[in-house]
Amino acid sequence: MRKIFGVLGPWLALALLLAVCMIGEASFRNPMNYVMLGRQAAYTGIIALGMTLVIAAGGIDLSVGSLFALSGVTALELAPEFGGSPGIGLLAAAVLAVGAGLLGGAVNGALVAVWKVPPFIATLGTMSIFRSLGLYFADAGRVAADNPAFSLVSGDVTIAMLVGFAALFTVMLNLTAFGRHVCAVGSNEKVALYSGIHTGRIKFMTYLLTGGLCGVSAMLWSARLNGISSSGDGMGYELDAIAAVIVGGTSMSGGRASMSGTLAGVLLLVTISSALVAWGVSPNLQNTVKGAVIIIAVLFQYKKGVGK
Amino acid sequence: MGTMDDGRRKILLDIDALKCSYGADMVLDGVSFSLHAGEILGLVGENGAGKSTLVKCVMKLVKPCGGRVVCDCRVAAIHQEFNLVRDLRVYENIFLGRELRGRCGLLRRSRMRRLAAVELEKLGAAVDPDAKLTDLSISERQMVEIAKATIVDSAVLIMDEPSTLLNAEETGRLFAVMRGFRDAGGAVIYISHKLGEVLAVCDRVAVLRDGVLVDVSPSGALTPVELAGKMVGRELTCLFPAKLPPAEGEWVMKAEDVRAGAAVRGVSFELRRGGILGIAGLAGSGRSELAETICGIRRMTGGTLRLFGRAVKITSASDAAAHGIAFLTEDRQESGILGDFTVAENVTLSSLRRYLSCGFIRFGRENAAAADYIGKFGVKCRGTGDLLRNLSGGNQQKVAIAKNLDNRPHVFIFDEPTRGVDVAARRDIYDFIHDLAASGVACLMICSDLEELLGMCGRVMVMREGRTAGFLSGGELNEQEIIYLATGVER
Repeated sequence: MRKIFGVLGPWLALALLLAVCMIGEASFRNPMNYVMLGRQAAYTGIIALGMTLVIAAGGIDLSVGSLFALSGVTALELAPEFGGSPGIGLLAAAVLAVGAGLLGGAVNGALVAVWKVPPFIATLGTMSIFRSLGLYFADAGRVAADNPAFSLVSGDVTIAMLVGFAALFTVMLNLTAFGRHVCAVGSNEKVALYSGIHTGRIKFMTYLLTGGLCGVSAMLWSARLNGISSSGDGMGYELDAIAAVIVGGTSMSGGRASMSGTLAGVLLLVTISSALVAWGVSPNLQNTVKGAVIIIAVLFQYKKGVGK
Repeated sequence: MGTMDDGRRKILLDIDALKCSYGADMVLDGVSFSLHAGEILGLVGENGAGKSTLVKCVMKLVKPCGGRVVCDCRVAAIHQEFNLVRDLRVYENIFLGRELRGRCGLLRRSRMRRLAAVELEKLGAAVDPDAKLTDLSISERQMVEIAKATIVDSAVLIMDEPSTLLNAEETGRLFAVMRGFRDAGGAVIYISHKLGEVLAVCDRVAVLRDGVLVDVSPSGALTPVELAGKMVGRELTCLFPAKLPPAEGEWVMKAEDVRAGAAVRGVSFELRRGGILGIAGLAGSGRSELAETICGIRRMTGGTLRLFGRAVKITSASDAAAHGIAFLTEDRQESGILGDFTVAENVTLSSLRRYLSCGFIRFGRENAAAADYIGKFGVKCRGTGDLLRNLSGGNQQKVAIAKNLDNRPHVFIFDEPTRGVDVAARRDIYDFIHDLAASGVACLMICSDLEELLGMCGRVMVMREGRTAGFLSGGELNEQEIIYLATGVER
């Protein structure tokens, strides 16, 4: 019973919030608004799926926003080198973006798993490095896509990607040995190690996958906006992704995770932003509300933990 | 001040019809007794009988729901769980929360250091007061925990399982300290699962069963078996299963001059099918380190390890599992089981590969396997989906054993298999080890409790300073000989 409530909790909160919005604000009764929300949620949402694994394994990844920008810049800078038709250009950009993301993720993974740098410090460092490399490659400016094929990647594709990856990662977390081992490492790394689990490999994989998802997200973003800004894009994504994971009910100390909760968390945070805009609340106050939601979510989890 | 009892000895602590409940569970149900000056009172009972709760009530850490605790004097307690800060030094831990301060509120460090050294000296513990806690062995940490309690100028000392982690020599020194404390007019409540020790050191023994005080008698009138019988509420004929003879079967594992850094400096033994080889030794003799080396957790720096005649290289715990070596670790919370995983998830933690098809976990098969172990070992839980932290220590240990067994090992290494396990569950674990060995698995049992070692093992290897000091079996196998070999005393 408690388990069911734990899974449904974030979704119930989301449903409640949407109900309130629908009553109070006409725009929430328009289905098109939800497509908009879905698109807004997708970019950080895809990254948050990977972040869920990282946090479930007891880590944290602060570099996702910077890696997002760096992989987008890399893809858009290098794709034209492959020449050819717009289609090939699109394919090259996608491969480059994901490749750059995976490479960045591998750096994080190696730092944490091989050289045993505490995750907070390792990814704080790479956060700075990735952002600076992106600025360097793009001369601190915006890289335009200049490829008509990019318009093929519409907002609907973005939403489909979010749903697809969410399904994939839910299966991975709940039904495979990898998912089980991720939680075991997060719950108690020594026990996992003594049980014959390759803890280093597991941790490495969580960062690698998160890096890859940063690339995917950057590709979708670049396609939608026909370019990416090396300075502004991806700013604060790490906090949005971490917030979604926490609001979704994944334990910050590792061990227990909920992929569907993360999805609900992302949607919840996006809905809150959107509702605040609709109600005309000052944009400067938006993060106050977001912050309060995160703290309340954690207090709820903590209370549940103590009640046992 | 305390009242006088029959004109002779002062009552230091009076517990009257104490009741305490956690939710619907009545943990203490009307417990009454009094503690006199100048006595050591043993308090025994199974896990969950209410001993620790009783201590917490006396220490005012838990609010009772009935009855009262009358105590006018100062009480110091050593709790069952460590209450030490890992990153602080030894003397800082000993004075934690009651630091000596000089003028301007600055710490009087050298004085604290000196007093800590004196207290540790009194306990006979060779521990540097300046050492970081993380550099200490687990038994040295226990000595620090004891010093932390004895340094307080108190009249009543409560010790909740202080000797679990100590070897015979350290336990002896602890008892000397307790007796000194008693003779100076103090009183001690001593809680332990080691019944032989309880009877040896205590003047009276109180038995708790399911929250009720079932018996208080002078310890001279009891034998360990009778005491165990009172604890579980039925006659126990023997604490141990019938002993297996030293194994004569083919050898399964052979260690030749195995080394690992400074901790293991040349250990050789043969482990035969169907026997239990005990490993004895003082704290720091490298017993657990040897087990860790065999299991690939510690890097082997020399020597060879053979399994079924072939030299093997084991560099990780998964290598060990693949070679059929199971390891029940000394500290179950830290390295054995996951508290926030379910029983089923713990059982399959290291054997998950067998429960996959096409890469997906077969939950039906996993639950069936866990249910099987629950039935076989009599694990008390609400089902395969119960979180492990909801289980008692003995039941957690059974799940930890099931986890190791599920890997179908040829060699099973037990490191302190009954630590923090009550008498009834202890017998289950002894029976299990016995049956496992009889079924042809080669068992290695590391144990600080000599009584247990002698009760279970047909052959014992004694270690000293990381080396094999000798082997004992048959008529030579007794406590005296083990101590001689472990300490290196010449006869």
